[in-house]
Amino acid sequence: MSELRRVLEGLPGVDQVGLEGRAAALSTRSIKAASKAYAIDLAIRMVDLTTLEGADTPGKVRSLAAKAVRPDPSDPGCPSAAAVCVYPDMVKIAKDALGDAPVNVASVATAFPSGRSSLAIKLADTRDAVAAGADEIDMVIDRGAFLAGDLDRVHDEIVAVKDACARPDGTHAHLKVILETGELATYDNVRRASWLAMLAGGDFIKTSTGKIQPAATLPVTLLMLQAVRDFRDAHGRQVGVKPAGGIRTSKDAIKYLVVVNEVAGPDWLDPDWFRFGASSLLNDLLMQRQKLTTGHYSGPDHVTID
Amino acid sequence: MSRVDVRKTYKLYVGGAFPRSESGRTYEALDAKGAFLANASQASRKDGRDAVVAARKAFGGWSARTPYNRGQILYRVAEMLEGRREQFTSEVAATEGLTRTQAGRVVDAAVDRWVWYAGWADKLAQVVGNANPVSGPYFNLSSPEPTGVVAVAAPQDSSLLGLVSVIAPVVVTGNTAVVVTSFGRPLPAITLSEVLATSDLPGGVVNVLTGDVAEVGPWLATHRDVDALDLTGAGDAATDLERDAAEGLKRVRRPRSEDWTAQPGLDRMTTFTETKTVWHPIGV
Amino acid sequence: MSFFEYAPAPESRGVVDLRSSYGLFVDGEFTEGDGPMFKTISPATEEVLAEVTAASAADVDRAVAAARRAHSRVWSRMAGSERAKYLYRIARIIAERSRELAVLETLDNGKPIRESRDVDVPLVSQWFFYYAGWADKLDHAGLGPDPRSLGVAAQVIPWNFPLMMLAWKVAPALAAGNTVVLKPAETTPLTALLFAEICQQADLPPGVVNIVTGAGETGRALVEHDGVDKVAFTGSTPVGRQIARAVAGTDKRLTLELGGKAANIVFDDAPLDQAIEGIVSGIFFNQGHVCCAGSRLLVQENVYDEVIGKLKDRMATLRVGDPLDKNTDVGAINSAEQLARITELAATGDAEGAERWSPPCELPSDGFWYAPTIFTGVSQAHRIAREEIFGPVLSVLTFRTPDEAVAKANNTPYGLSAGVWTDKGSRILAMASRLRAGVVWANTFNKFDPASPFGGYSESGYGREGGKHGLAAYLQGGTR
Repeated sequence: MSELRRVLEGLPGVDQVGLEGRAAALSTRSIKAASKAYAIDLAIRMVDLTTLEGADTPGKVRSLAAKAVRPDPSDPGCPSAAAVCVYPDMVKIAKDALGDAPVNVASVATAFPSGRSSLAIKLADTRDAVAAGADEIDMVIDRGAFLAGDLDRVHDEIVAVKDACARPDGTHAHLKVILETGELATYDNVRRASWLAMLAGGDFIKTSTGKIQPAATLPVTLLMLQAVRDFRDAHGRQVGVKPAGGIRTSKDAIKYLVVVNEVAGPDWLDPDWFRFGASSLLNDLLMQRQKLTTGHYSGPDHVTID
Repeated sequence: MSRVDVRKTYKLYVGGAFPRSESGRTYEALDAKGAFLANASQASRKDGRDAVVAARKAFGGWSARTPYNRGQILYRVAEMLEGRREQFTSEVAATEGLTRTQAGRVVDAAVDRWVWYAGWADKLAQVVGNANPVSGPYFNLSSPEPTGVVAVAAPQDSSLLGLVSVIAPVVVTGNTAVVVTSFGRPLPAITLSEVLATSDLPGGVVNVLTGDVAEVGPWLATHRDVDALDLTGAGDAATDLERDAAEGLKRVRRPRSEDWTAQPGLDRMTTFTETKTVWHPIGV
Repeated sequence: MSFFEYAPAPESRGVVDLRSSYGLFVDGEFTEGDGPMFKTISPATEEVLAEVTAASAADVDRAVAAARRAHSRVWSRMAGSERAKYLYRIARIIAERSRELAVLETLDNGKPIRESRDVDVPLVSQWFFYYAGWADKLDHAGLGPDPRSLGVAAQVIPWNFPLMMLAWKVAPALAAGNTVVLKPAETTPLTALLFAEICQQADLPPGVVNIVTGAGETGRALVEHDGVDKVAFTGSTPVGRQIARAVAGTDKRLTLELGGKAANIVFDDAPLDQAIEGIVSGIFFNQGHVCCAGSRLLVQENVYDEVIGKLKDRMATLRVGDPLDKNTDVGAINSAEQLARITELAATGDAEGAERWSPPCELPSDGFWYAPTIFTGVSQAHRIAREEIFGPVLSVLTFRTPDEAVAKANNTPYGLSAGVWTDKGSRILAMASRLRAGVVWANTFNKFDPASPFGGYSESGYGREGGKHGLAAYLQGGTR
C-alpha cells in the first residue's frame, strides 16, 4: 500500500446523517439587516462568473466579462465579481475584455469536464490556458483512477498540472482542483480526495464541474471546509474552497457563507479563499442588493442578462 | 421393629455450593400435620449478603450466554426434575398435605411450567422487542435485557409449582436470583437446589435461602447490589419491603392473588427485563 | 463590518396572548383555586410573565374527582376510534399553533427558540399523532385481547421540556383510555395552560385532561391521592425515591423517568467531526437541562488532544444569549435555584483539581446564565463525574481500551443513556450490548421519536415512554 493511501485511509470517517444534520442546522441561521448587506456584497466579490458551453462565443464571453466588472450598471458602489471562468480557447478574449479591471480569468483545463485524456494532452491544455493569460486554472481530477484506487496517479497528475501552471517569470497560475464530488459518491471519498488535492499542492479545492448532478451541496462544502481547516492545522498552509454548480439564490449563498464562518472561520471569508462557481446566482444577489438599497423588491428586468 | 431413619439437616444453596447458615441456625420443617420432616438451615442477613455476591458474580456470564444456550440448560433442568418425580411428589404431598395423586399433578405442572419458560429464552426478544419506525434516517431497535440480580420471595403455599413459577421467568432472560423459600414448606426448594447443583446451570445463577422472608427480606430490599424484588411470597412484609426498595429504585413486583395452575403471561419475564433502545444513523 | 457578525434576529412575542393570571384547568374549565398565586418569570430577563395558582389539596381533590367521572362516564366507554379522533385533533391544533407554543415555551423556560421551534413543538405534535393511531389498536399492543385502561393517571412533569414532557405523558394515557391530572413544573406552567386551551378548542370532553399548577406540595397531594390509579413522574432521582416510597403497598402503578450521568464514548476511529457535534449537542442542547445529557465524555486517550482541540474550537462558535433570537444556540438557565446548583457543583470541580475551560462569551446581566463549560482532568472519583449537574457542564475523562470504556461508563448508579462513536460496526454492537443504559445512541446523540421507547435502568427509573412500550404503562396487563 502506498504511503499516500495509508495517509488518506487514516483520515476520520464521515457520518452522512451527522454531517447533513449539521449542515441543516446551520441553514437555520437567520441573517438580517446590515449582516445581510455585508454577506451579499461579499458573495458578489466571491463569484466566479462562469460560462462553459459548447456554444460560447467571443461575444458571449465579452459580455460576461463586462458583467463581472460592473455587475450592476445602475449602482457604481456594487463590487466586481472575483473572476470569469471560461474554456481555454476563450481565455485570451476574456483577458482582453477585462483589461486592467480587478477581475481574474479562470480557465478550466485538463480535458474538462471528464478528464478522460492522456496526461500529455491535459498538460498541454493547461499550458495553453496559462500562456493565454489565465490567472487561475480549474483542473479536474481523474475520478476513474481515484475510484480504481490508483491514488498515486491522481496525486502525481495534480503535481504535474501544478508545474504546468508555472509562468516564465517564476509565478504560477492559481490551481483549483475539481473533485467532482457527485462522482465520488461518498463523503469519505470527498474527504480523502480533498486531502489528496491539498497534499499535491492544490491552491483551492472545488466541488464540481457543474456538468454532473449533484454538483455543490451544503454538506459537501461543509466537509471540504473541515478538510481545509484541518489541513492548515496539520501543515500550516491555507487552501481555498469553491463550491460550483447549483447555487442559484442569495439565500443559498448566505447559507454557504454561514458555513464558512462557523466551520473554517473568518480567515476564509475572503475571495482569496472562498469562491462560488455560478452564473445565475449573481443576478439574484443583485436583486437582493437592490432590495436592501431601495427597500423595494426587484425584478429580472432590473438586472442584466449576460 | 421399624428402622430408625436417618434424619436430615439441609443446607443453603449459594454460589453453586451448599453452605450451612453463617448463623448456625436451623429450624424444623414439618409436614402438613405437624410431624417432623427435616431440619432446614435458617438463613441470616449475612447469608443474604453472600447470596447477592454470588448472584452478581454469576450475572455477567449467565446474561452473556446465547439465549439458545440458556434455553438448553433450563430444559435440561426440566429433564432432571422429571427424573426426581417420585421424590418431589412425596415432598409436595407431605408439605402441602395433598394426596399422592394430587401431588403428582402438581409436580407434572411444575415440570411443564419449567419447560414452558425454558422455551422463552430465545423468543421473548422477538415478542417484546421492536424495530421502531422512527421519522428519520436511523436504525432503531428495542430489545429486552436482563435487569440483573433479582431477590425473590417465593410463595409460602405453593412449595414447588409456585416456586418454579417464580424462579424460571427470572433466570430465563439472563437474570440471576436470590430466592427466599417458603418458610414452612422448604423441602421441595431444597430438592430443587440439589437438582440445579447437578445440572448445567452455572453456580450462583439461582441461590436458595431457606428461612424467613421477614428476616432476610429487608437486607435484600435495601442491598444496593440487588436490582429488583419479586414480593410474591412476602406476605405482610411486602409493603415495608417495597418501601425499602424505593431507596435504590429497585423494580418491584407486588404480591397479588395467583392461580399457579393457570397459564402464565409474559409479565413475570418482562417485569425483570429492561428495554434497551439503540439508535444508529443510516448512511453511506 | 470587519467580519461576518449576525445581527439580532428575535422572534416576535406578538403571537403569544398571555393573561395576567391563570386558574386551574379542571373539568374542562379554568377555575379559581384555593391556594395562593405565584409568579412565573422569564429566566432570560426575570420579567414576570403571569401569575398562576398553587393548587391546594382540595383543588387536587376536585381535579381527581373530575378525572374519575370523565373516565367512568365518558372516556373509558368511548370507542377507541373516537378517542383517536380527539387526539388527532389535538395534534393538528398543536401544529397550527406551533409558533405560539414555541415562543411561549422559550419565554417561560429560557430555551432557544431554535430548539422549541425545531425540536420540542414538532415532537409534541408528532407524539399526539403517533398515539392517536394506537387508540383503536390496543388489541395489538401485545398485552392480550381487549386491554383495559387503568383509570386516573397522576402525572408530574419537569421544567426542562415542559410541553414535550406533557405530550409524552398525556398522549399515551389518553390513547389507552385513561384520564389525567397533570401538574406542570412550578417554573414552567404556561405552555401546559395553553395546552388546556387547546383541549377546549378540540372539544375534548371535560375532565379527560385536568391541569393543576403548583410546586412540590401540589405534586405530593396529587401522587398520594387515593383516587389515582397510576403515577407517572419525570424529574429528579430524590423525588422519584419519595414517590416510590409513597406508592408502596398501594395498587397504584408507577413509572419513573429520573436522572442520568450518561457517558459519551469517543473511540479513536470515530467520525470525529460528527462526534464533536454529538458531544456538543449531548451536553449543550437545552443548556444541559436534559436527563439523558452526555455529561461524561470518555475519550480514547490516543485522540484526546485532537478531540479536545476540536471541541474547544466548536464551543467557541456557540452563541449564548437571548433565547428568542433565532441564532441563539444556548439559552438561559431555567431558574436561580438551578443556576446555584450548577455553580456549586462546578465549583467542586475546581476544588477537586479538574481544569475548567469556557469559550469567551458575554453573558447578559439580567436573568440566569451559565457559560458552556468543560472540565478536563476529571476522574471517576470527582463529584462532577458522578452527580447530575443538569447544566451546560461537561466532564472529560479518558480511557485506553473498550473494556475500560465500558467499565467507566457503567460505573454509576444511573443508567438512562449512553453514546458510542466509532466507525467499526462490530464494536458498536458490542458496546451497545454491554452498556447498561436504556437508550444507546451510536454515532448520534439526543435523538427522540414517539415510536422509540425511552427510559432508564437502575436509579434512572423504570418504565418506558414512547412506542408500544410506552402504551403498556397505561394499560392493565402492562408490567408497570
